[in-house]
Amino acid sequence: MDVESYVVSNSVTLGLVLACVWVARVVGREPIWRDAARQLWSRRRLAIVVVALYMTIGLVDSIAWKGGIPEDVVDVLPNAPLTLLDRAFLGTKEASYSAPFASVEFYGAEALKRPGQHPFGTDILGRDVLYLSLKGARVALLIGGLTSLIAIPLALIFGVGAGYFGGRFDDFVFFLISTLASIPGLLLLIALIMAMGRGTLSVCIALGVTSWVGFCRLTRAETLKLRELDYVSAARALGVPELRIVIRHILPNLAHLIVITFVLMFSGLVLSEAVLAWLGIGVDGSWGQMIDGARDELSRDPIIWWNLSASGAALFVLILAVNSVGDAIRDVLDPRTLKDSS
Amino acid sequence: MSTEVPPLLRLQDLQTWYPIREGLMRRTTGWVQAATDVSFDIAPGQTLALVGESGCGKTTVGRSILRLESPQKGVVLFEGQDLLELSAESMRAARRRIQIIFQDPMASLDPRMRIRDQIAEGMKSFGIGVDENDRRARVAELMERVQLDPATMDRYPHEFSGGQRQRICIVRALAVEPRLIVCDESVSALDVSIQAQILNLLRDLQDDLGLSYLFITHDLSVVRYLADDVAVMYLGKIVEQGPTQRIFEAPAHPYTKALLAAIPSIDPMQRGGAPPVMGDVPSPSDPPSGCHFHTRCSVVMDRCSREVPPLFPVTGTNGTKGEQGRSRCFLAEESESRSLG
Repeated sequence: MDVESYVVSNSVTLGLVLACVWVARVVGREPIWRDAARQLWSRRRLAIVVVALYMTIGLVDSIAWKGGIPEDVVDVLPNAPLTLLDRAFLGTKEASYSAPFASVEFYGAEALKRPGQHPFGTDILGRDVLYLSLKGARVALLIGGLTSLIAIPLALIFGVGAGYFGGRFDDFVFFLISTLASIPGLLLLIALIMAMGRGTLSVCIALGVTSWVGFCRLTRAETLKLRELDYVSAARALGVPELRIVIRHILPNLAHLIVITFVLMFSGLVLSEAVLAWLGIGVDGSWGQMIDGARDELSRDPIIWWNLSASGAALFVLILAVNSVGDAIRDVLDPRTLKDSS
Repeated sequence: MSTEVPPLLRLQDLQTWYPIREGLMRRTTGWVQAATDVSFDIAPGQTLALVGESGCGKTTVGRSILRLESPQKGVVLFEGQDLLELSAESMRAARRRIQIIFQDPMASLDPRMRIRDQIAEGMKSFGIGVDENDRRARVAELMERVQLDPATMDRYPHEFSGGQRQRICIVRALAVEPRLIVCDESVSALDVSIQAQILNLLRDLQDDLGLSYLFITHDLSVVRYLADDVAVMYLGKIVEQGPTQRIFEAPAHPYTKALLAAIPSIDPMQRGGAPPVMGDVPSPSDPPSGCHFHTRCSVVMDRCSREVPPLFPVTGTNGTKGEQGRSRCFLAEESESRSLG
């Protein structure tokens, strides 16, 4: 099988979009979730719009196809698969640095191809900084999303399993948690990435393996509480098999924790990647890497500030919006603040 | 208790103790003696009330019958089968015949599940009903039976009041067509007016369906209304059992007397009588020697702290003939020998 990576990426994107539609339909069907979504929207309109905007950019940057490149564009390989975002910025590459909205190059004062059309300037290779910053959105969403998809199931399997079944499995999970917690996180991250080789997937796996512990403790404790509740006893008395009790009664009652953790974990993970990028083991194209690259630019004279500002601002705005949404989600879903808590 | 009809449920010397584990190796350093030597019968269509203070082990007995707890010893004979000997799979099948209704109607319904699904859950797991529509129709029928509006079946538990929720719990138990229902303090959390409704409902259901109840409660007025027989528990042991009428009219055990005297009465002439029980229940992990009740008993004798009293038969007073239950008190032995001699 020799499937090109852009085909894989397209189908994964399609799958994610379908999954989102499915989740939206489920949310719409269940009154509890529908009310929560409505409350959330009324509380954090701006933040939700910002997050949606980033997601749209990420989506636009995920649909790629080959061909259709105009003859006069020479920056890209003629047979390269280009995303919608790439196509929107075709032919914007300049020769070197230029300041935001400048009409000439920063050093040398040579005329630009597209004067006044680079709102965030261009970098050392003449690439449009706005374009690079927008491209970072997809990477950030990928890191946050993929890592959560690795870490949360891990935490759920170990946490719910340990809490519900107890005994030896609980001992094993606690041993695992204590062991992981006693290794310095950053060192373990670096070691894992070095062992697996650099790349988006290995960074996500490494972040996932090191970040499930906290949530695992939480789900274990919550499961311990839930399994003693009368409705679980009632289900057992009704002859419902144990695994089914976990799926039908325990997991739905953990769902609010999963959503809250996912959102709050997401921003932490994107920031962790920025730290890794600073150490030189980040993901290609991420804001972390842009910030890392912009470090040296700051020492130039006159100073090149727009690289750092644009990537930093892009990162900052996303994290702020996600955290703000996360806070609101916690308020909306936390049973203690629920009006109709039961 | 006549032995002509075989009992639906017979408990023999049921013992459920919880180990106290300490230290790194989790060695068992002691036992919480939640229930010891508990024996009673429930005949088909009859109600036995299990009465006692908080922490006396009455809930443990109820849960042990369904094997929601794991008893160490004893026999739970239900329809001729010893439930404690059954494999997990056979036990699952047997649970269809015994159901439980809990105290707190808030905690006994899953807040994230529609009540229709919760009622149908047992039917699904026991293969009752042909398909989803059939089960839905059955849910509607059962809901009508307990005066719930079937149109509300797609709602979530928080949209119902406490009394309605307890009805839902009853429907959920009834849905699998049980013979015996363990009611674990099932009306204690409800308002008195709602309590009466639920008790009437339980009684009607018993008349119509021939159900048996094990009614676990601390509320003696409820017992008098509903129960055919009463078993009084104190610190893990049954101290007195017998027909409801005899227990209320001529209690034999000092603890039962004290419990009955503690029922609030609006008639000043009815107040007083037996002295109230002083102090708290001793710890079930370190029960007193001899008779468990001797530390709080008003008629304690020397032998009470040394010897463990067995259950002595109690003969009826004022004309009723034959055995009228049993009492775990040396006073009952004396009255027995008196009546014999």
